[in-house]
Amino acid sequence: MNRELKRVSVVMLIMFLGLLGAATVIQVAQADSLASDGRNTRTLYDSFRAQRGPIMAGDTVLAQSIPVDDDFRFLRQYANPLVYAPITGFFTLNQGLSGIESSENSYLTGNNSSQFLEQMNSILTGRPTQGASVNLTIRPDVQQVAWDALGDYQGAVVVTEVGTGKILAMVSKPSFDPNLLAGHNSEAVIDYYDALDNDPSEPLINRPIGALNPPGSTFKLVTAAALLESGRYTPESTVPNLARLLLPGTDVEIRNSDSKTCGPGEQVSLFTAVSLSCNVPLAQFGMALGYKPIVDMAKKFGFNQSFDVPMTTARSYIPQVMDEPQTALASFGQFDVRATPLQVALISAAIANGGIEMYPTLIESITASDLRPISAFTPREYSRPISAETAAQITAMMQSSVSNGAATNASIDNVSVAGKTGTAENGPGEPYTLWFTGFAPTTGEPKYAITVVVENGGGLGTNGYGNLIAAPIARAVLEAVLQK
Amino acid sequence: MSNQALDATKADTGPIPRMMRIREPQRMRNVELGLILVAFGISALALVLVQLATMGAVHAGIFAMCAIIAALTLLVHVCLRFVAPRADALIVPIAVMLNGLGIAEIYRIDLALENVGWDSLAIRQIAWTALALAATVGVVLVVRSPRSLQRYTYTAGLIAVILLLLPMVPGLGVEVNGARVWIQLGALTFQPGEIAKIALAVFFAGYLVQHRDSLSMVGRRFAGLRFPRGRDLGPILAVWVLSMLVIVFQRDLGTGLLYFGLFLVMLYVATGRLSWVLMGLGLFVAGALAANQFLSYVRDRFANWYDAFNPGIFNADGGSYQLVQGLFGMGHGGLFGTGLGQGMPYITPVSQSDYIIASLAEELGLVGLFAILCLIVLLVSRGARIGFAATDDFSKLLSIGLAFVIAWQTFLVIGGVTRIIPLTGLTTPFMAAGGSSLVANWMIVAILLRLSDAQSRVPRLVVES
Repeated sequence: MNRELKRVSVVMLIMFLGLLGAATVIQVAQADSLASDGRNTRTLYDSFRAQRGPIMAGDTVLAQSIPVDDDFRFLRQYANPLVYAPITGFFTLNQGLSGIESSENSYLTGNNSSQFLEQMNSILTGRPTQGASVNLTIRPDVQQVAWDALGDYQGAVVVTEVGTGKILAMVSKPSFDPNLLAGHNSEAVIDYYDALDNDPSEPLINRPIGALNPPGSTFKLVTAAALLESGRYTPESTVPNLARLLLPGTDVEIRNSDSKTCGPGEQVSLFTAVSLSCNVPLAQFGMALGYKPIVDMAKKFGFNQSFDVPMTTARSYIPQVMDEPQTALASFGQFDVRATPLQVALISAAIANGGIEMYPTLIESITASDLRPISAFTPREYSRPISAETAAQITAMMQSSVSNGAATNASIDNVSVAGKTGTAENGPGEPYTLWFTGFAPTTGEPKYAITVVVENGGGLGTNGYGNLIAAPIARAVLEAVLQK
Repeated sequence: MSNQALDATKADTGPIPRMMRIREPQRMRNVELGLILVAFGISALALVLVQLATMGAVHAGIFAMCAIIAALTLLVHVCLRFVAPRADALIVPIAVMLNGLGIAEIYRIDLALENVGWDSLAIRQIAWTALALAATVGVVLVVRSPRSLQRYTYTAGLIAVILLLLPMVPGLGVEVNGARVWIQLGALTFQPGEIAKIALAVFFAGYLVQHRDSLSMVGRRFAGLRFPRGRDLGPILAVWVLSMLVIVFQRDLGTGLLYFGLFLVMLYVATGRLSWVLMGLGLFVAGALAANQFLSYVRDRFANWYDAFNPGIFNADGGSYQLVQGLFGMGHGGLFGTGLGQGMPYITPVSQSDYIIASLAEELGLVGLFAILCLIVLLVSRGARIGFAATDDFSKLLSIGLAFVIAWQTFLVIGGVTRIIPLTGLTTPFMAAGGSSLVANWMIVAILLRLSDAQSRVPRLVVES
């Protein structure tokens, strides 16, 4: 019988070896793929257990995780939540992430491969990984002023430092309270999220980088850049000064904003047309130049592309091919041209920076929980859409616009401000989109670019215009930026 | 028994003084006591870790209760010193270790699920452990000569059948999760099928010893194997029908498989005929195909097994949710585990009973699971060793049967959890929450202890192993 006993023993041993083998496959070979299965709630809960790193702006804490006595161990808290919501985004239990919380998630959780040392340390000590802190380029004083200046309007403000591409302020209204989304009561969170999602004013849209509006007259800067860079035009080049113009082959008539000619005289120069923001001369210039150089110039500024700031922006849009009347409309930012506030700010910034466009970013540095620097900001050039000479010429037009043109409400005592307003049509009877973009100072460093957009006509329907509503907001913010 | 003759001659020339020392009863019991204390220490440490990880402080309550079962364990030990001093020294410590780790993990999940009082499965498990240890003392005292159990062959068979029928008695049996294998006794539920496996092992051993000649010698040769006569097929068919009845009427796939596998192995050991195993496997395949065809719950188990991650099956009622959650848990534990009290085993359904091993694998990691499986292998190998050393056929068959039933049950349940085979509802021996399983496995321990003691009393030297 012992022969049989031996065989049965071998069979039993094989059974156990099978169990050990299967367990090894599950716990080692398949562990990562099991962890990444969307149905694996353990992975989800794990992400809440790590103490998420804070989001900072200078010394100001914008978001931090504080220990609480429940299953999730930590609660995410946002300071001044409405003001910073478009930047920080939100961190929820089961409705996903947004903003910096989402784009920098791997650093904040401590799971980024650059935090390998911390991960090993947490395995050895048994303590949960501590996330890195993300430090932003945002200047809290500017952000607050921009928030206050925008008042009850629906819209956005973006301020950048032109020489570096750092975003100093990024305001979106209406906003939301990410604290109410970070709560641990799922039902309350979902109710609040649904309410935001169904709100017709769309508070969940991050307007500075996500809202696409017709840029209107602010786009004249791109048209002017294309004209000057073509070599065939100078600021003194002229076209006949007409009050209205019937677009060739159509029954569409375009007018200047006050239905008058662009200043006195039979001829009007490019300089005057931009300074006074006249549609008819720009349309004539645009048609004479053709759509191609305008589209190419827009693309050099960043149209049809997205930026990672590090959140991915919406792509500003210009059609690749246009006929003559479409080109005329696009020359002053109508037809199908659409731009984010950030894109318009980048145009101003490139002009201010002598034609060099810097890549925009919100990230100043990332610091591990033991204060070891993980990454630090270095300025990065995005493109050189125009020459320094062209930049200087356009700057002069924008300066004139603020001192005695269409953007006078942006002027600041003792500071030379360059600016361009925009009053964009959204369709017959629809409220206008009101713009201001510009920068200050025009000489000396550092220079700051600002873009203000007010949607929905600023409550005035088709009676509001950029200089009335957007320009004063820009002035208030620029004053605050320059004070420091 | 030519082997034993050989052993005897070999022993004559072997290092006799050393072997004598190893088999010295006093010394073996001291080894046992030392290992039991180690098992106590590890179990207590596990409980402390659980409390620190989940509550941040040590609470005395659970330790007071565990002290009672520790005392009872020592009673088992003392009892062995007096009535069975030559019993195997490793079996009790291994059982204590597994039992202790099981209680720690059950307690850990109780804390997470906020089960208190009599709802706390850990407290019930401790109570059942006390009962099981009492039963162990009882069996050790009553079964003075395990060979005498052969006299009760048919009685054991009858008891097994009665135990299996109990859950079907109206008013007594209760249905849990679709399986009708439980009886209600006041506040306690009991699974008589667990005890039945011991009765069946005794019955099979006795029956096969009597009939092994007719089952092995007679028959026709075909394809190089000797196949039995038609009239000798009765027993295997009877056990097959019994297993199928359990699967069909009690809707308990695991227990049916357990009994059939047990019988097949004991039949093979008794007769040495591979043809029996082949016929058994043929019957098994036929039964499996039929069950898959006609029993929806068996069909579900198969579907859950081969396509576990399919979203439809995952979300289905009675689908693979539990299986996949168990896999997630094991994966979450990884190589070294999350640490006791620091994983999330409670997410998996029945994480304290059928899925205790996945819970332990999550918190102790692959390393811990290996350790646990090695303990079970060691326990099984002690059983097999007792079988090798036994001097009579009945003891041999009974030992290997009891050892195999532990191994087979472990394989069926952990194999199901790790997706080697479809999931069957069985308990991991000594660890899973469940009183009947605990009592039954401790009774197996008691019988193995008696068997090992009895064989060492035979005036001869033991096989070196």
